[in-house]
Amino acid sequence: MNWMDALLRFFRPAPSGAVAKERLRLVLLSDRINLAPEVVDQLRGDLIATISRYMEIDEIGLDVTFETRENDVALLANIPIKGVRARPLPPPMPAAPPAPSDAATGAVDLAEAAEEPASEHASEPAAPRKRRTKSR
Amino acid sequence: MSRGRRIVITSGKGGVGKTTTTANLGSALARRGRKVVLVDADIGLRNLDLVLGLEKRIVFDLVEVAEGRCSLRAALIKDKRFDDTLWLLPAAQTRDKESITQEQMERITRELAEGVDYVLIDCPAGIEHGFRNAIAGAEEAIVVTTPEVSAIRDADRIVGKLGERQLPTRLIVNRIRPELVKAGDMLSVEDVCEVLGLELLGIVPDDEDVIDTTNRGEPVALADGTRLAAIYAKIARRLEGETVPFTSLEPQGFLGRLWGALAG
Amino acid sequence: MAEQQAAAAIPPEDLDSASAGAEQTAQRQAAPQTLGTAIVVTSGKGGVGKTTSTANIGAALALRGRSVCLIDADVGLRNLDVVLGLENRVSRHFLDVIEKKCELDDALVKDKRVPSMMLLPAAQTREKDDVRTADMVALVEELRKRFDYVLIDSPAGIEMGFKNAVAGAQRAIVVTTPEVSAVRDADRVVGLLPKGIEVQLIVNRLRPQLVRRGKMLSVAQVDEILRLPLLGVVPDEPEVVVATNRGEPVSLDPSSRTGEAYRRAVARLEGEQVEIEDYSAEGGFFEKLAAWIGGRR
Repeated sequence: MNWMDALLRFFRPAPSGAVAKERLRLVLLSDRINLAPEVVDQLRGDLIATISRYMEIDEIGLDVTFETRENDVALLANIPIKGVRARPLPPPMPAAPPAPSDAATGAVDLAEAAEEPASEHASEPAAPRKRRTKSR
Repeated sequence: MSRGRRIVITSGKGGVGKTTTTANLGSALARRGRKVVLVDADIGLRNLDLVLGLEKRIVFDLVEVAEGRCSLRAALIKDKRFDDTLWLLPAAQTRDKESITQEQMERITRELAEGVDYVLIDCPAGIEHGFRNAIAGAEEAIVVTTPEVSAIRDADRIVGKLGERQLPTRLIVNRIRPELVKAGDMLSVEDVCEVLGLELLGIVPDDEDVIDTTNRGEPVALADGTRLAAIYAKIARRLEGETVPFTSLEPQGFLGRLWGALAG
Repeated sequence: MAEQQAAAAIPPEDLDSASAGAEQTAQRQAAPQTLGTAIVVTSGKGGVGKTTSTANIGAALALRGRSVCLIDADVGLRNLDVVLGLENRVSRHFLDVIEKKCELDDALVKDKRVPSMMLLPAAQTREKDDVRTADMVALVEELRKRFDYVLIDSPAGIEMGFKNAVAGAQRAIVVTTPEVSAVRDADRVVGLLPKGIEVQLIVNRLRPQLVRRGKMLSVAQVDEILRLPLLGVVPDEPEVVVATNRGEPVSLDPSSRTGEAYRRAVARLEGEQVEIEDYSAEGGFFEKLAAWIGGRR
């Protein structure tokens, strides 16, 4: 390969294999997202939970979609805001596993115990428990 | 409990080599002395018989077995090139894929598996009835793809469906052209594995011999001394649990001692 | 018209054919009773080149000034979008249109390279059985009012997907490769096409050197078995792999040999007398591969 070839190779478009790989990556991303509505629902729930810590949102009006664009796939969330909290609520504590013998009571007790320090900071004391559940 | 392993060979995309793979892998296993039954699940567009050269010996087919109009034994065609180790259960040609149910498929393959080491099910293209029927009879899957965008895209959907049924799945990359990979104009085996996230069972290069052997009804796996026969033999060994390194492939023809791709 | 018939092949930039096409489109718009022609591209066997052929025939027709709508009928395993390089622009699909979840114009994807060609994509997350034949026929009729040609890319197989793809068509193009399984499936498919439909054949991925060595069926042998009028013969060339990688139909490349084969097929489609190519004097695939890799742009 002489210097002319080397120069030409520099200016040539990317080899088609690389182009194909990138296109494939995007198209699979789009296909896989669209094929997992349950996962999207979970994502929507988690989004609601997280954003609700910072602001009051209209859950009914919330819209989460995926848009395929020229070079990527974008997650678009349209979230109507009703109000902003004075201070963000803390993140929910991880749910404690239920006790083997007395499952229901045990779980609630543990959860309440974990909640107490958090509720001191919450502007709406009732909120942390409610926010912890995943909305669907 | 069935003795034999029931494996479906599938792809989503048509024309990537499911039937060729089924015929050749089956032949390679039978050559090793394993008892193998090949099931053509492509009802209405059967081709496994043709690829094996057994098309003139078909009397009964899968649908007739399912409908109870003949025994399973009567429908099985023994391939005389082997010593009682390879049989074919052909598809029906004049019916369609809704002529059989998943339950029937499962029952038939389970019965077949009792006397043999392997039941290989040749799945039709697509992801609907034909596909669902074919996988109903399987406990494992082999996904075949070529290194092309459409084929890999379809394979990805299939992998998703197989995952829903929790079938252990492995990959064969078929019709790779090392020269094109080297020139940057074809996805490499690494690219394909990365995208699909499957364990690699085999790499088969594009080879002119396949067309000719298909036309003559003689699986290339039986053509001793050819590179494809060696490759299918390796795939068979890998399927049986052996760790077999992938062969280095020199590009055919005029490109000489340039970088070799992997195959095997 | 006469000068068009005299030419062996129409170069894409031929003004006469472009203006004739534009004239025809204008005529259609002025007199909506003139319906376009719906053609299904099918094969039975998967992987022989239906989608590639649909894309290239569509593009070649558009180059001649025709308005073309390409419908991807492969619900659940769509690929016409990818072959055309339009996958990033797909948002709605024809099932949305049928189910009145969106307007036809919302689903049609315009091709920037050839503005008179549009893609109507398939749904990726639905099933072929979700489409009722009557709805498909109605959709095709609707499209025939707007386009000179409606090309329907049929899925592999002979089930519901195929039946729906064929339902609204006046003509059919059967694609096969010169290989026994493909020819057998093509034969089966021809038997299942509705009566009265005009059928033509494309032989794809021919390797002349293999034919010479007796290792591949010749076009004549294929034609003898299928007995269909030959629309085109397309050789097996590495450039098709590259074209699919890039999402650029070969018909749009004036220097492409396979593109030329498709353009000639389209000339025949429109009734021109164009000789069928004779590739028998050519070199082998691997020779071409080496030469192509060595000298490619």
